[in-house]
Amino acid sequence: MSKEQILGAIRRGLRRGPLPEDQAMALRARLAAHPRHLIPARSRLPRPDQILLFVRNLEKEFATVARVPEADAVPGVVADYLAAQNLPPSFAMAPHPELQALPWDSRPLLTRREGRAEASDQVTVQHGYAGIAETGTLMLPGGPRRPTTLNLLSETEIVVLRASRVVGAYEEAFDLLRAELVPAGGMLPRNVMLVTGPSRSADIESTLELGAHGPRRLHVVLIDDDSAALA
Amino acid sequence: MLATSPAFKQNAAHAMADAGLQKALARTRPQFPAKRAAAVANLPEFEQLREIGKQIKNHTLTNLDFYLETFAANVERAGGHVHWCSTADDARAAVLNICQQAGARTVTKGKSMISEELGINQHLEAHDITPVETDLGEYILQLRDEPPSHIIAPAFHLNREDWEASFRKSHTDLPADRVFHERRDILTEARTRLREKFLAADVGITGANFLIAETGTSVIVTNEGNGDLTQTLPRVHIVLASIEKTVPTLEDTISLLRLLARSATGQDFSVYTTFSTGPRRADDVDGPAEYHVILLDNGRSAMMGTEFQDMLRCIRCAACLNHCPVYSTVGGHSYGWVYPGPMGSVLTPALIGVDQSALLPNASTFCGKCESVCPMKIPLPGMMRHWREKEFERHLTPATVRSGLAVWAWFARRPAVYRLATRAGMWTLGLLGRKKGKFTKLPLAGGWTEGRDLPAPEGETFFARYAREQRAGRA
Repeated sequence: MSKEQILGAIRRGLRRGPLPEDQAMALRARLAAHPRHLIPARSRLPRPDQILLFVRNLEKEFATVARVPEADAVPGVVADYLAAQNLPPSFAMAPHPELQALPWDSRPLLTRREGRAEASDQVTVQHGYAGIAETGTLMLPGGPRRPTTLNLLSETEIVVLRASRVVGAYEEAFDLLRAELVPAGGMLPRNVMLVTGPSRSADIESTLELGAHGPRRLHVVLIDDDSAALA
Repeated sequence: MLATSPAFKQNAAHAMADAGLQKALARTRPQFPAKRAAAVANLPEFEQLREIGKQIKNHTLTNLDFYLETFAANVERAGGHVHWCSTADDARAAVLNICQQAGARTVTKGKSMISEELGINQHLEAHDITPVETDLGEYILQLRDEPPSHIIAPAFHLNREDWEASFRKSHTDLPADRVFHERRDILTEARTRLREKFLAADVGITGANFLIAETGTSVIVTNEGNGDLTQTLPRVHIVLASIEKTVPTLEDTISLLRLLARSATGQDFSVYTTFSTGPRRADDVDGPAEYHVILLDNGRSAMMGTEFQDMLRCIRCAACLNHCPVYSTVGGHSYGWVYPGPMGSVLTPALIGVDQSALLPNASTFCGKCESVCPMKIPLPGMMRHWREKEFERHLTPATVRSGLAVWAWFARRPAVYRLATRAGMWTLGLLGRKKGKFTKLPLAGGWTEGRDLPAPEGETFFARYAREQRAGRA
């Protein structure tokens, strides 16, 4: 009943009835085409500069970045980072094949559990789906292989991302998402997080403090798997 | 929420005498504009994006019925539920019903202005359900039983000593003699306290910055991550959103997101921008089992097709508050209802009636700063003027103002008399003020001269000077 009331009031305001079929078709075509609007020029750069912009923006937003030449170097970089931050060498990890394939045994002191995060997890390791250079933003779609809680419950989140997955603008990341994770006529993943730096708040005296409710530290391990991206 | 908008003048006087508030305003006043200006300077396309944003919202409003139905169909396709609510009563009842069905005892909440509009907390408490605000600013306001004073920085009016006092008073299980060395200690105490609440909650309630018709998705934007914990951990997620939050596609949303954070906090992008589509899928390992959207009208559809329709483009960034000389002097509580500042002075009369809030559209110098920074290019001063006209038409204007306007109108309709009278007035004032060059007191204008001096006229009226210079120009 409320539905008809609301729609009726809107139509009265617009001085028309329900949309005529030809106009509704045009709107459905717009939805199907979902056209892009203006994309800022800042991310339209040669590959190496695009990656540098991504890294620079991450750091501007208080994330830290480690670039590694190959995937095999990831466990070592993670172990060293945890040691340097005085954190325990154990973490909850996304059950993603790319993370599972890493040579974790090369660092026998590291212990890991796969699955969603629990409140007691101090450190989580997440699989980065895509990076967006425009603002140093990570795209992290939730799902069984990339649980959302890994982005929220720990004090320290480490995101492992391949450089070949860094794009310039948000639109390009959503194009990847649509092409790879949305079946034809299907739905978006239940949860898609765009994360730009660690959690923060300026609610106390308009002064920025890191680590409000989400992770206090965000560390990105960037694997240079894209030869075109190497300057 | 009970409106104290009719008492705006007393509220404002009280606010200007409030030392704590004035300290907070002095701290915040320069910050927001400087940060926004820096973010805008860093994006050369910002002006073009404003025009694009305006067009996206105008297109959506022109077809709002279509996009709302599309949004609702897609939410349902994803396994969610949509509750169409014409009034605040409908929405309160729908939220309560979902909470009761879920057997909820505690409910965590992300920041939502709609929730303030509905008074959800009071309604849940009256039915033995405990709501917990989790945005840091909203949390302390809940402890202090105060409404927010700003739409994105709800507790900016508090100082550190207020935070410490409230936490000591409320967190009585902690040692009374603990020391807060720095702001971080306050933050850490809240983080620890609220983490327990997140884990225990049965239902999570968030607002929505956007509702995407194409995908049936609700979008929230936060910096703390509290909204994400609220919508991820409990078994049930309720989204509170008003009908004008609708946007057609992901691409449209992205264009608006490029404007939102820059206009609001001066960030290029907020820390967490999260797209939620329906409840947990079969193979998901986290996320809510139920997903509900409360679609609230509460007076908005009545703005369609009126001179106030453009207000429905608002994306709640607060740039107009942050740049308003009136807001920056009296703070948010003075406005007496949910939405303060210029956007509130236009929206509040539409939602609660101009009879309750006629003073708000008058609380403006019409300097035009709000419109110049609005990412949606909403003509705020023009709409405040429309409200003033409606106030006058409906005889809500005080008798003294009406008689003053009547006197002015009598002269204004008789140009020769008007010019004669102003010439005589200027000449007299010029003569009287020649010595000091200013007036610190004037009969009948005590209220005006109380806060500032009137420079003495030089003896010539604007008309006279204009005519003189026109003649000189032609000669």
